[in-house]
Amino acid sequence: MLDDQKQPLVTVDNLKMHFPIFGGLLQRRTGEVKAVDGISFDIFEGETLGLVGESGCGKSTVGRSVLRLYEVTDGSVVIDGQDIAKAAPEELRHMRTQMQMIFQDPQASLNPRMKVAEIIAEPLREHIKSTPAERRTRVLELMDQVGLNRDFANRYPHEFSGGQRQRIGIARALALNPKFIVCDEPIAALDVSIQAQVVNLLEELQETLGLTYLFISHDLSMVRHIADRVAVMYLGRIVELAPRDDIYADPQHPYTKALLSAVPEPDPSVEEKVERIILTGDVPSPAKPPQGCNFCTRCPAVKDICKRDEPEFREVQPGRFVACHRFNDIT
Amino acid sequence: MPDGPAPVLEAVLDVRDLKTVFKTRSGEVHAVNDVSFDVRPGELLGVVGESGSGKSVTMMSLIGLLPSPPADIRGGQVLLDGLDLLQADADTLRRVRGGRIGFIFQDPMTSLNPVFNVGYQIMEPLRTHMGMTKAQARLRAAELLELVGIPDANRRLKDYPHQFSGGMRQRVMIAIALACDPQVLIADEPTTALDVTIQAQILELVKELREKLGMAIIWITHDLGVIAGIADRVMVMYGGQVVEQAPTRELFNNPQHPYTRALLQTIPSVRGERPEKLNVIEGQPPILGAAPTACPFRARCGYRFDRCDTENPSRISAGNGHDAACFYDFDAGGPRNAG
Repeated sequence: MLDDQKQPLVTVDNLKMHFPIFGGLLQRRTGEVKAVDGISFDIFEGETLGLVGESGCGKSTVGRSVLRLYEVTDGSVVIDGQDIAKAAPEELRHMRTQMQMIFQDPQASLNPRMKVAEIIAEPLREHIKSTPAERRTRVLELMDQVGLNRDFANRYPHEFSGGQRQRIGIARALALNPKFIVCDEPIAALDVSIQAQVVNLLEELQETLGLTYLFISHDLSMVRHIADRVAVMYLGRIVELAPRDDIYADPQHPYTKALLSAVPEPDPSVEEKVERIILTGDVPSPAKPPQGCNFCTRCPAVKDICKRDEPEFREVQPGRFVACHRFNDIT
Repeated sequence: MPDGPAPVLEAVLDVRDLKTVFKTRSGEVHAVNDVSFDVRPGELLGVVGESGSGKSVTMMSLIGLLPSPPADIRGGQVLLDGLDLLQADADTLRRVRGGRIGFIFQDPMTSLNPVFNVGYQIMEPLRTHMGMTKAQARLRAAELLELVGIPDANRRLKDYPHQFSGGMRQRVMIAIALACDPQVLIADEPTTALDVTIQAQILELVKELREKLGMAIIWITHDLGVIAGIADRVMVMYGGQVVEQAPTRELFNNPQHPYTRALLQTIPSVRGERPEKLNVIEGQPPILGAAPTACPFRARCGYRFDRCDTENPSRISAGNGHDAACFYDFDAGGPRNAG
């Protein structure tokens, strides 16, 4: 389905997001946290790109930078033909209707003093000239769409369960008919039986509304379910990007291999046979990344060159990108 | 059934008909309803359930960690080698906690005290429970840190919790819990806050330690994958009660409760076939405003029939050490005869 119309809706090129560290008596700038350090990827129209990685790898920062919730340090983010990383404030405001975000914690991302109808109507009030009656109609329509009972429009967020609150967040994100939605760990705070409900809802909405998702998650099994292609991040960089089935069946980067092997299998007879690659040590601090390849401190296949030079992020097979020196000999 | 036949003679911890109720301003919440289970030395019992299923409250109740009010333990027995912890006085309980029963909590950041170095925190139970001198305790603390795989143990004793990473902090918590050679180790979602690669490290460590130390472990989690890898026996909780209990393989191969069956179908995996659509358990878990008079899962159950609305099923044996609280007989393919 992707091959006949490979139109990237989002193109991220060499995106960098560095946060300054201030220290010392005069609170001068003493360094920087390289949360995202030069990453590039495309997201095609109607596609879901899964972005996975462990905590602190910079995946949420990517999500926020792509929507310019941060002022990016360097690089460009082109959404639907416009570079939003450099857009002027007024221009950006118009573009915001096209891109929305669904947050991790539905408890923290909904204003507890607003009624559900007000929360969902807020983007409409902000961006579109409309009468209260029009807004009301649209809110009820959205509530139907995400499977919330219309009768609850005048309730407050605390009266809902976690899964329902996430539906409110989704309705709010859909209000302006966006093309592109960044889902930042949208199911991480939910129970397993509720996670599947929300994932299925997101998939249905994608189908009916033609949405494009950047789906950020640490849950590799859910990403396998929802994503068309998957990007794996480690310490501010993408180490591997490939179509979903390829990456799960045959991971190339040593980190991807270790990450996938570490996921427990909910079936004892399979679990028994899983060959685990247990990584030693912890992720280095993004304020002091190691020289050379970011993964060289924990890589089971480390070579001398890895501690010296940064590996290039290159296409090793059509559609498969890997940043690892082991692939230098091949191409 | 307190005087029932006891096939559980060797059980080190035997919990019978535990009932815990919270009194809140908007009424009572019946969080734990007649929960019974036991665990034997050297056995790892996995406890699975969603948030609100009562798994944590059960464990907190049995070692008296819940403040009362609002918590009220309405009944039951918790026998630790014959000693009923629910009847024990505060002093006895204090000696049991951290001594004969060790506890690991979910979040290693908030369960370590940030103003003391980890050496002090590991030595604390050794000195209070085992009566060790400072020097003895320090030696043992270094041994423990080494046991849980923290390199350079002697030097790290002087470090504070913030100087450790999440995975290392959880190792420190395990060291504290193991300090007094507990008979029972209760681990409440110990790897939930950790990344998968770190979780894999901790799971390896626990497998290694239980072979070495031979204590009983109760491992609470919502992750069936983790359970599949480490548990000998699994207990599934829903709506404040045990709905199914079986040896791990038996539970995964032959689930007898509709909730367990549905749960096993909803969780996706990174291996094997990828289903086109995720199976879903519709609806929400129940809010336990009163003691249950009907099956707590009935509202979400595909096998529901009249009896489920009027009676709360008790646990029915399915053989092979397997029991499930359900009126539906999956082997026969129909409702059980009332009895």
